[in-house]
Amino acid sequence: MQRWVLALIACLALSAQTPRNLYQAHCAGCHGASGEGSRGPALNGAASQRITDSAALISLVRRGIPGTEMPAFAPETIGDEQLRGLAAYVLGLRATARDGASGRLGRGAELFRSKGKCITCHRVNGDGHTSGPDLSDIGRLRDPEWLRRAVVEPESALYDSFGGYRWTILIPDNYLFVEITTRGGDRIAGSRLNEDAFSIQIRDGEGRIRSFLKSELSEVRKQWGKSPMPSYRDVFSASELDDLLAYLASLRGSR
Amino acid sequence: MKAQWALVPVIAVAATQAAWGQVSAERIRNADREPGNWLTYSRTYNGQRYTPLAEITAANVGRLRAAWTHQTQQPGKFETSPIVIDGILYITEPGGEVAALDGRTGRPVWRFGRRPPPDLHACCGAANRGMAVLGDLLFVGTLDAHLLAIDLQTGKLRWDSVVTDYRAGHAITAAPLAFDDKVLVGVAGGEFGIRGFVDAYDVRTGKRVWRFWTVPGPGEPGHDSWANDSWKTGGGSTWITGSYDPALRIVYWGTGNPGPDYNGDDRKGDNLYTCSLVALDADTGRLRWHFQFTPHDVNDWDSTHVPLLVDEGNRKQVLVANRNGFYYVLDRVTGEFIHGAQFGKQTWTSGLDSKGRPIRLAGMEPTTSGIMVYPGFHGVTNWFSPSYSPLTGLVYVAVREEPAIFSKAKEPYVPGQWFGGGNPKGVPKVEPTGSIRALEHATGKLVWDFPLKSPPWAGLMSTAGGVIFGGSSEGMFYALDASSGKPLWHYGTGAPIFANPVSFTVNGRQHVAIAAGNALFAFALPETGR
Repeated sequence: MQRWVLALIACLALSAQTPRNLYQAHCAGCHGASGEGSRGPALNGAASQRITDSAALISLVRRGIPGTEMPAFAPETIGDEQLRGLAAYVLGLRATARDGASGRLGRGAELFRSKGKCITCHRVNGDGHTSGPDLSDIGRLRDPEWLRRAVVEPESALYDSFGGYRWTILIPDNYLFVEITTRGGDRIAGSRLNEDAFSIQIRDGEGRIRSFLKSELSEVRKQWGKSPMPSYRDVFSASELDDLLAYLASLRGSR
Repeated sequence: MKAQWALVPVIAVAATQAAWGQVSAERIRNADREPGNWLTYSRTYNGQRYTPLAEITAANVGRLRAAWTHQTQQPGKFETSPIVIDGILYITEPGGEVAALDGRTGRPVWRFGRRPPPDLHACCGAANRGMAVLGDLLFVGTLDAHLLAIDLQTGKLRWDSVVTDYRAGHAITAAPLAFDDKVLVGVAGGEFGIRGFVDAYDVRTGKRVWRFWTVPGPGEPGHDSWANDSWKTGGGSTWITGSYDPALRIVYWGTGNPGPDYNGDDRKGDNLYTCSLVALDADTGRLRWHFQFTPHDVNDWDSTHVPLLVDEGNRKQVLVANRNGFYYVLDRVTGEFIHGAQFGKQTWTSGLDSKGRPIRLAGMEPTTSGIMVYPGFHGVTNWFSPSYSPLTGLVYVAVREEPAIFSKAKEPYVPGQWFGGGNPKGVPKVEPTGSIRALEHATGKLVWDFPLKSPPWAGLMSTAGGVIFGGSSEGMFYALDASSGKPLWHYGTGAPIFANPVSFTVNGRQHVAIAAGNALFAFALPETGR
């Protein structure tokens, strides 16, 4: 065989193993050609509970996710070197978090506690209450644009976990406000922590975790699209909002 | 002398037990004579997944408690439906391992392991739904499309037949079906542009006896339902175990979607025999009749369901609750459409015509920008088993309510690569849900509905004790009253359930078992104070 033919074959074989090609061959069928999601969850969102960095992603791909369609990929299928490239490619699919948060951090932190009274519902690194979501790592989970919307127009930013097909939802990752009436006539409002055909678990207005069997309840009213959080559009000035957002974007968890 | 004679009855008993270890075709045909065993995928060839065991009843099921748990240590979805023979359970694990478990304790008594090649193309994760048994052999299909025969007593491999090339996208996930001297097996791969088939093998030699192609080749009837060369990648997978009528000597097998799934532009026509029920001559594999539920499917609505064989007076019928949203009653001798009814949410038709053909609504096929349709690509129901109870005359089916946005795209066919022709998505702000529904078997009319939180992935079993057992995606294994749907008992297994329940006896006590997460759970009533 001509040497140039061998060289061409070698080039083709190499190009066939680019991260992009590996992604298209092994991932795109379920996660979409651009990571937009399909049978499997989207990979291009700013938020992911499971994947925080390249090492976590590589480990997940090697193990698979038991109980789901996500298979384990053995080194015979995707070698270690190739997997590192693929992981970088997948993480690169994420909506690039713009550095939209240009305000002053310290002032933002102060506004969070004083003027905003955010800690009456939210907690950061163990400080504050728990009737609303814990925001200790919100800057890692959400991009600044989303955070701004959540503050000025909370209901439009309610996170919706039903956009992609899921085989199972072990813990709902949306924040659903529910009102419960017991057979005894008690009414309890709170956020849903979990639910199945027989029971529901909520966190009530005092931050307590409550569990109810559905057989004990006369009504479970789900407030889709509703949030107990007020809009802060008229509470903060434009520069105060920038500062608050800079603070929220800086919350990356305690790792 | 006396002592020697005393040995004879012992030897005779041992010989009888050895003979019982051999599971004859007649034993499986007459499964109702030994209700404490579970000898084929749905317990009986009629697919009903009904147990005549009646120790556990609607009145006492509230006292059911865990007997044992077997952990598999295998990733993937644990979908096995155990075979149970004289107190021993035979299960497949997600990656394809096989184990025999003591039904009293859940302790393994032998294991068979075979490492599949790493470059598999199984569309939907490592899964295996169970085995068939005949004689002294267990039959299991593999993700790399082999059919294996394993020694029932020892777990050693007896023969290994290559069904087809896994590298082109084929896999075997369904439990085979064994009767007479044959074992039948179907293939998965409808998302990889395969051409589907049902195969029959000689149980002694592992040699193929016949093959029925679900997509007819040139010159065969039905071939003209495919434009140009589209039949070559036409799909029509066969990944769920069929039912069998020994009196008619007909096998009934459901077929999967045409390929590519969501783009029908290059495969104009009805695309026979995809999304159909095919009735095959058990001896030759020749087609006796077919009924197509979804002609020219563009939504991935495989008709891979266990058909329920039920007699209505003198009329032999076959009942199918289909992924496309409709329930069908067919004559199982002729294939004639008798009755149809909608049993779940659908937005793609205005109903069925007098022949049972869906009347499509205009503008509901996938577009390049996407269109929302109920049901989504997982359908109103899916592969998990329905059940029929002769006690109530009701068909029980696990129902999903979940739309999808279907879009189509042009995709080239590359052997072994995903060949979907589109990219369906969930619908924002619509929380998918589901329920268990009981339908009048003759009419499909809804009798009761038990709501579930999420769409189910688990099948159902009805019992002579008046109980329906099922599982939820939140991991609840539960019992409902067969007549009213009232919840009677539930147990949190702690992981989603993708499996069908079975029931059997150990030392005369009724057990029920289900796979959940990576474990198999068995339950029984307390030994005292039953």
